[in-house]
Amino acid sequence: MNIPEINLYSILPIVVLSVFGIAIMVLEPFVQTEKRSALGWLALAGTVVAGVAIVPMHNQPGQWYSNLWIVDDYSTFFHALFIFIAAMTTLISIDYLPREKMNHAEYYALLLFATAGMLVMAGSNELMMVFIGLEILSIATYVMAGFRRTDLRSNEAALKYFLLGSFASAFFLYGVALIFGATGSTHLISIGAATFLPDLQLPLVYLSAALILIALCFKVAAAPFHIWAPDVYEGAPTPITGFMSVGPKAAGFAVLFRIFVTAFPLIQDRWTDVMWVVAALTMILGNVIAVVQPNIKRMLAYSSIAHAGYIAMAFTTATNRGGSAALFYTLAYAVMSLGAFAIVTMLGRSEDGKVQLTDFAGLAARRPGLAALLSLFLLSLAGVPGTAGFAGKFFIFRSAVESGMTSLAVIGVLTTVVSFYYYLYVIVQMYMKDPAEDFGDVKLTPALGVALTIAAIGTLYLGVLPTRILEWTAGAALNFLR
Amino acid sequence: MDTLNNLDGAILTIVTFVPTLGAILLLFFDRKNVRAIRAFALVVALVTFVLSLHLIAHFNSGRSDFQFLVNVPWIPSVGISYHMGVDGISVFLILLATILTPLAVLASWSVSTRAKEYFVFMLMLETGMIGVFVSLDLFLFYLFWEVMLVPMYFLIGVWGGERRIYAAMKFVLYTMIGGVLMLVAILALYFLHGNATGTFTFSYPEILAALAKGALVIDPRIELLLFAAFFLAFAIKVPLFPFHTWLPDAHVEAPTAGSVLLAGVLLKMGTYGLMRFSLPLFPKVSHIFGPFISMLAVVGIVYGALVAMVQPDLKKLVAYSSVSHLGFIVLGIFSFTTQGLQGAVYQMLAHGVSTGGLFLLVGMIYERRHTRLISEFGGLANRMPVFAGVFLFVTLSSIGLPGLNGFVGEFLVLLGTFGARPGYAVVAATGVILSAVYMLWMFQRVIWGEISNPHNEALRDIGSRERLTLVPLLILIVWMGMYSNHFLRPMDASIAKLMNRVERVNTESVRTATQLPQ
Repeated sequence: MNIPEINLYSILPIVVLSVFGIAIMVLEPFVQTEKRSALGWLALAGTVVAGVAIVPMHNQPGQWYSNLWIVDDYSTFFHALFIFIAAMTTLISIDYLPREKMNHAEYYALLLFATAGMLVMAGSNELMMVFIGLEILSIATYVMAGFRRTDLRSNEAALKYFLLGSFASAFFLYGVALIFGATGSTHLISIGAATFLPDLQLPLVYLSAALILIALCFKVAAAPFHIWAPDVYEGAPTPITGFMSVGPKAAGFAVLFRIFVTAFPLIQDRWTDVMWVVAALTMILGNVIAVVQPNIKRMLAYSSIAHAGYIAMAFTTATNRGGSAALFYTLAYAVMSLGAFAIVTMLGRSEDGKVQLTDFAGLAARRPGLAALLSLFLLSLAGVPGTAGFAGKFFIFRSAVESGMTSLAVIGVLTTVVSFYYYLYVIVQMYMKDPAEDFGDVKLTPALGVALTIAAIGTLYLGVLPTRILEWTAGAALNFLR
Repeated sequence: MDTLNNLDGAILTIVTFVPTLGAILLLFFDRKNVRAIRAFALVVALVTFVLSLHLIAHFNSGRSDFQFLVNVPWIPSVGISYHMGVDGISVFLILLATILTPLAVLASWSVSTRAKEYFVFMLMLETGMIGVFVSLDLFLFYLFWEVMLVPMYFLIGVWGGERRIYAAMKFVLYTMIGGVLMLVAILALYFLHGNATGTFTFSYPEILAALAKGALVIDPRIELLLFAAFFLAFAIKVPLFPFHTWLPDAHVEAPTAGSVLLAGVLLKMGTYGLMRFSLPLFPKVSHIFGPFISMLAVVGIVYGALVAMVQPDLKKLVAYSSVSHLGFIVLGIFSFTTQGLQGAVYQMLAHGVSTGGLFLLVGMIYERRHTRLISEFGGLANRMPVFAGVFLFVTLSSIGLPGLNGFVGEFLVLLGTFGARPGYAVVAATGVILSAVYMLWMFQRVIWGEISNPHNEALRDIGSRERLTLVPLLILIVWMGMYSNHFLRPMDASIAKLMNRVERVNTESVRTATQLPQ
């Protein structure tokens, strides 16, 4: 039996995150409660080191560990994206936890573990590895969703997410089992090759693909498997809501793309048809239902569903350009959504109490800077030209029109118009209503300031000068799509 | 001479972005220092105006192509460039924007609540307006087209009247619906051109050249869809009947300066878009749908005039008169005659000046009385003689009195239309009569007679700042009325080029149509 070559560099970011996560858990009992924010900064340092560790990883391209693990531009891109999301979430959380009187450092450890799980998903070349990554991510996220232990809504969120997430995991495993039965492998490339063999049992492949698709649509909250998202997003602590809206979603798409393009090229025409419907339904439901939400976290939850629809549209094209646009969009969405959630976290104040849209009334008169920033992020989410959201949508619509899916693009742009209504409604509250309070207790801390600066600059940079990032995503997508 | 040439290459960028630069600088002002804020905003708007004079001073009337070109790759992998230029049609529209903006700033002198944001948005709006008229890259054009909605949305929604939120939202959503479909059409055009010629670009001149040379031939059914998407975007913006319902709401609720810019410049983006993009890109479909669109225009002319007649609110009256006047512009464009197109451009400018003036005047009495209901007024001439005189002047210009600016445009449009579609011209001409009816009747009820309402006893006449706001418009009204050649000649070459494009296709399509039976 061959002992596989061990290449630590190829998994260095995961190692770094795990080591920092364990260190934080070990250190916690030795640090006084008031000083636990220091562990938050340690977690941030962990994400920075992990970010640097991407470089040696990127220098080890190829398949490792019995071909279970793959290092390519695609996985590098998602490594960078997930570590960026983790760093931003840490920055948003550092002052949130003491404010909410739940300054427990295992929060940061869980966040780092969840990120490690996403990295495992991004680099997996094999279905069981994907499953392991998925579970590392999910279990950490279930706990984080219920992190406000004494709050009923938070408990509800955790339980709901856990129960439904377990179902999704089971679906995924069934799918893996069936494809193993049909092809005798769980390795993506082997599956892809085996599906072209003559004695293939095609129904098994279809069933397996369907089950895996359902499981991953659940993870990315794509319609009609999105029902859990609003309740969970509403109940979870706000920074975790922000994290969930971008991290697990992007991770779900990362494996969705890789699995379907690598393992199921045989039935590509079928799954693109299905994805067409999923994308259309997700965009329509997400945007239309968001219109009537009175709570900003729920509104952003539905908007997050809608954005999954746009990414799904890019995926539906199954072209290099579509893949590139999807990657670009995951990054753009992460930047602007985290920016919005940073401000919602700040304005939520104790126990995330002030998250009704009417709680934002008159913000512009009292805190013009915050109102302007939130407006920037919302306008970007809506897709006003000059922002990251527009550039991302533009590239997606472009790939859709190129692939002859003009009708899907038309559905996309029309639902965008709907989205303008609910994003602008927040601006209506902030700018066009009289202030209900003076927002004096809203504190802009240095950590949040850094997070907001990064998000604002990112939103404008991606919107005005998208060229370099677009070249990056084009290169990252090129390596594996047709 | 070298520096002058360099300036020619950069002037459009400068004119477009000086307002934005001013807006950014304005952000650093102390929000309590309203005097400094509005003075600075005025200076920025005036500087932009002076800079834009360079365009007309160095404009070469003999050339039909785009001038002051700038073309820099922006997102090269996608074929997007920072591509700007002006021709005889757009150069005047830019001037219209740069003239009306300082006047709008002057008219906003009494804005004191959140003045900083107000002027920031106004300057950003100016960048958006100019950007739409100078963009030669379809992506860039779309960008300005949509971005400009944001400041206007805030201007209506924050500083507007009672139903301002409803009006602002309606304005954005209506315009968006047309806009996003145009985006899909732009993308489709981009791929059609790219697949046919091998170069993927959003450059409007390149796509147009490919169409003219026959390198790019669009399937008639697809051309119809593309035309429809572009047309919807522009028709909503104009607004052409029956897409006009957002306009009265937006006008009534917008602050005075917002109404001035909305009527003066923003509506012209729609008619400009029809001339710049719809006609040259899709001449065949334009010809096929010409009669139908002309019919909508005529219905708009008459309908707008009839509805204006019964409005109790001054601003609403002017808003509906805009629907009527903009109908003339569309009628002129789709007459496919030189006079019609000339008249359309002329009417765009004239309407911007006269209606801008009317909104300024209505704003002045609204500031004094906080009402715009016609029935609240009467006999204003007794207390405000100067105001009454200017009002009469602008009213007559709006009606189209010969010798003033409104006459030239309407006359040319009717002349051109009469040659092409006599029936339409006859019906449209009733719009001219009706406009005299509703404008003069309104004038009579507001200005003439004895003062019936005691609230009007103590009204002051307009002051020096207000006179300063109006004088440039009065000069333009006379100038445009008396010396129409000063304005018509520079646009001749561009209009001839447009006519050439439209005409040739027409004869071609007639020829192919006659050949078909054989």
